[in-house]
This record gives sequence, C-alpha cells and structure tokens, in this order.
Amino acid sequence: MADSIVTVEYGAVAYDDRPVLRDVSFRITPGEVVAVLGANGSGKSTLVRAVLGLVPLSAGRVTLFDTPQRRFRQWWRIGYVPQRIGAGGGVPATVAEVVASGRLARRGILRPAGGADRRAVAEALRAVGLTERAGDPVVTLSGGQQQRALIARALAGQPELLVLDEPTAGVDSASQDAFAEALRGFVAGGGTVLLVAHELGPLAPLITRALVVHRGTIAHDGAVPEPAGHHAAPGHEHVHPHAPDESSGLWGRP
Amino acid sequence: MSLFQYDFMIRALVGALVIGLTAPALGIYLVQRRMSLIGDGVGHVALTGVGVGLLLDRSPVLMAVLVSAVAAIAIELLRERGRTSGDVALALMFYGGIAGGVMLVGLSGSRSNANLMAYLFGSLTTTSPQDLAVIVVLAVLVLAAMLVLRPALFAISHDEEYARVSGLPVRRLNLLLAVTTAVTVTISMRAVGLLLVSALMVVPVATAQLVSRGFLATMLTAMGLGLVAAGAGVWLAGTANTALGATIVILAIGIFLVVAAGTAVRRALGRRRAAPSGPAPAVEPCDVVLESAPAATAPAVDLGGSDRATAPR
Repeated sequence: MADSIVTVEYGAVAYDDRPVLRDVSFRITPGEVVAVLGANGSGKSTLVRAVLGLVPLSAGRVTLFDTPQRRFRQWWRIGYVPQRIGAGGGVPATVAEVVASGRLARRGILRPAGGADRRAVAEALRAVGLTERAGDPVVTLSGGQQQRALIARALAGQPELLVLDEPTAGVDSASQDAFAEALRGFVAGGGTVLLVAHELGPLAPLITRALVVHRGTIAHDGAVPEPAGHHAAPGHEHVHPHAPDESSGLWGRP
Repeated sequence: MSLFQYDFMIRALVGALVIGLTAPALGIYLVQRRMSLIGDGVGHVALTGVGVGLLLDRSPVLMAVLVSAVAAIAIELLRERGRTSGDVALALMFYGGIAGGVMLVGLSGSRSNANLMAYLFGSLTTTSPQDLAVIVVLAVLVLAAMLVLRPALFAISHDEEYARVSGLPVRRLNLLLAVTTAVTVTISMRAVGLLLVSALMVVPVATAQLVSRGFLATMLTAMGLGLVAAGAGVWLAGTANTALGATIVILAIGIFLVVAAGTAVRRALGRRRAAPSGPAPAVEPCDVVLESAPAATAPAVDLGGSDRATAPR
C-alpha cells in the first residue's frame, strides 16, 4: 500500500493570470477522511480539481499514490464524484447505465462488461440505496438521489480514494443520511476520502481532518474547527449569528 | 413489387438501409453532447471536398471524406479549447465550406448544376456498384465502432470530466467521433444529400428518446426507426416518384410527430387516470411525466436543425 495517497507541494493555480491558489502543500495518508472547507470562491473546488488534473497547476506539483500526477495512469484507484450530473442533450440514460460507466476505468474501453462488473454495479447501487431505481432514467430522480447515483458510479470502480466535490450541497436530509452511510461503509473498508464541503451535516462524525482554504491558501490544517464556522453544521447559522471574533479565529485572518 | 426489379433500385435500397441504420447510431452521441447540428456543419465543408474532387478529376466522395475529416477534427479541437471565438470560427468554416464548394464545382466546368444538386440533395439511384461497396464498408466500420465503444463513448458524451478522471483516452475518443461524423456525413450525402444529412442523424434519436428510458434502448430504437424511414422512403419515392432523400427525411419527421402526439395523449390519459387513484401508485405516473419533460424540449432544437438545413435552398 502507498505511504501517501495525495501529496501537494507548493501548488499554485491561476485562471488567466488571476491567482486562485497559492503555495498549497498537504499530504493525505491511507485511511484519512479529509474535508476541504472554505467559503464560496475560496478556491476549495479548484484545489481538488487540481489534484485530479482537471485544472493545470501553474507551479508546484501533485503526487498521486506516490506517482507524479503527469505519469499517473492507475485512475481506477480514484473515484470522482462531481458536484452534479452531466446535463446531456436529453438522451435518457438509466441509473444503472450511469453507474456502469464507473467500471470503465477498471475494465478498459474495449472489454465488454462481465459478471464482476455487473456485481460491482449492483453492489454500488445497494450501498447508496438505489437498487429499485436501477432501470429508471436518471432525470426522474430527485437531486439527492442523483447525487447518490454519482457516488454509486464512483464506488462501482472499487476505488481506494474517493474525491467528492460538494456532495451534499442542496441535498435533502434523507439522501444526506444515505450518503453518510455509504461513505461510512467505504471508510470502514479501508478507503481514503477527500471531500469538498460547504457544510458537513451528517458527515461531520466521519471527518478525521479538515483543510480550511481561505483566499487561495490553507488557513487551517487539523481537527475540524470547533466553532463549526460558516454553515459547517446544518441549522447552525439559523440558531445564532456568527460572532465576528469567531470567524477571524477560524479563518486565521492576518 | 415490380419497383425492385431494377438493379439501381436495389442498390438505392441497400444504400438507404445501411445509412438509415448507421446515421442514428452515431447521431445519438452528437445529440447527447448537444452537437446536433455538427453534421450540418461538416456537410457544408464536405461540399468543398466534392468541388476539389471534381476539379482534380479524383473521386469526389474520397476527397469529401478527407476534407470533412480535417474540418471535423478542427471543429473538435476548437470545442476542446472552449473559446468564445469558437462559435465565429465555426460559422466561418461552414460558410467558407459551402461557398468554396459551389465555386470549385463551377470551376470544374463540364459537369455543372445537376451534379451540385446530386451532392446537395442526394441521388442514391445513380449510385454505382463501386460507390455502394464503399458506402457499405465505411458504414459497417462506423457502426462497429459506435457499438463496440458504446460504454466509453457514452461516458465521454455524458460527463466528459468524469471520463477524464477515469483515465479514458478522452481526446482520442473525441477525435474518433469527429472522424466518424465526417465519414457518415460523406457516405450519407449519396442518399439524402449534404443539406439533409443531419436529419438522419438526429430525427430518429429525437423520436426514440420520447419513448425509451435508457441510452441503449434509445440507440437501438433510433437505429430501428432510421431503418424503417429509409426503407419506406425508398419504396415511397419509387412509387410516388418523389426525391428520395427528401422523402426519407419527411418520413422520419412524420414518425417523430406521430410518436410525439402519441406520448402527449398517453401522458394526458395517464394523468387523468392517476388523479383519482390517490397517493399510493403516484410513483410510476410521476416518472412518466418527468421523463418526457426534458425530451419535449429537445425536438424543438432538432426540428430547427432540419429547418435550417433546408433554408439555403
């Protein structure tokens, strides 16, 4: 097993010369469940996209499973869950078809699906509680169920690392619980998780470490911040207003 | 059926059936990535290839394949960059393609307007056995690629970013799709003509997605519909003595309208039936309504495409 699942050293990202991330370094080891927290526009989504190679680094380097990202080819070890399902041009696709595309990384593009592939798809659907919806078009699912379908797609590839971009944004609480359950199962099986979140909700007990991104740099790396910060817990912001000193402590304002 | 006692009618039928089967198999990926009109664009450019072929006295079909493949690759590279100027670049390419084609065909002298019309609107009945062989071989290659690579092509069309993180050769698959689009456009120009090619790629898919629930089901249904429209089109054109390509396209659009009306009626009936029965069976009717909601918006674009295709006439 790899010593380090993800390593970022002095990573920087710029969109059209506008810096989004500066001098970001961290290392994720097997079994960790790391939440990347931060306000909208802080660069937290860019951070995971850079880790996956979807956004090029302008400086620094990313290492995946002890291999430099440029030379990394074992993509089946990573399961990616994007923010939302691809819109598509209106051609229907069943939940099972979407989830089955999660097997491609493992079996290659020319080999037809075999028994192991079908079992993995069925298992992934069961893990997120969508077995009964397997034959339904994905557009008929609720937002939360679509999100679960995307998690099933990532799980179907039997990855070692799950990377999730705001998996619970705008998701109903039933789906959030089903999602937390699926993630708990994955972590119990020895999986590593890197997830971007605006609020942790029912995921909070699973998180072993938090990276707080603020203005393109990592402002905090360690335990989940105690005051829970901006919207980090469900209902939190409705109970009492954020005190100014609370946020300055959390974000480490200079 | 005395119509098919002539060899040229048999060849027309075989060509139409092969293209009717192949065009939707490719078209479904184009529809899924919202590029329904790309076939039109590539068709415009293919006309320049035809012109080059006529001018140099080489096979116009072969030159059209080459020129439109280069154009399709250029379009794909522009799309990949995602630049805003890509839209204008596409317009330049399309109109440059058709203007260049008309000029070059004119320059080639002897074979003039009748020839141009044959490529713009198709002339399957003048297909030689050699032409037919080329059409069948290329169509079988395209069809095989579309069916064998279906999971991968589905993945890149459905969610390109996810496909990239899955380590799929996204760029090579995109270029394959671009080149097969060019090939399909060029072989279809013999049947329905360059200006109507997109209709065969898009309309059967638009019809199929009204009634099917999954991607594979849509693909197979669209291929079946393409086959029916092509076969019935050849028979009807021969019987009623109408233009073959136009007849096939009109039939395909007619099937679409009938199916669209049918699903609308079924939906209305389903809603009426579901209303008094209470909340218990509400899950199934709910699915039906939601399923047809996005599909109903898609055909507007597709019909717009075939309108646009006929406009330059």
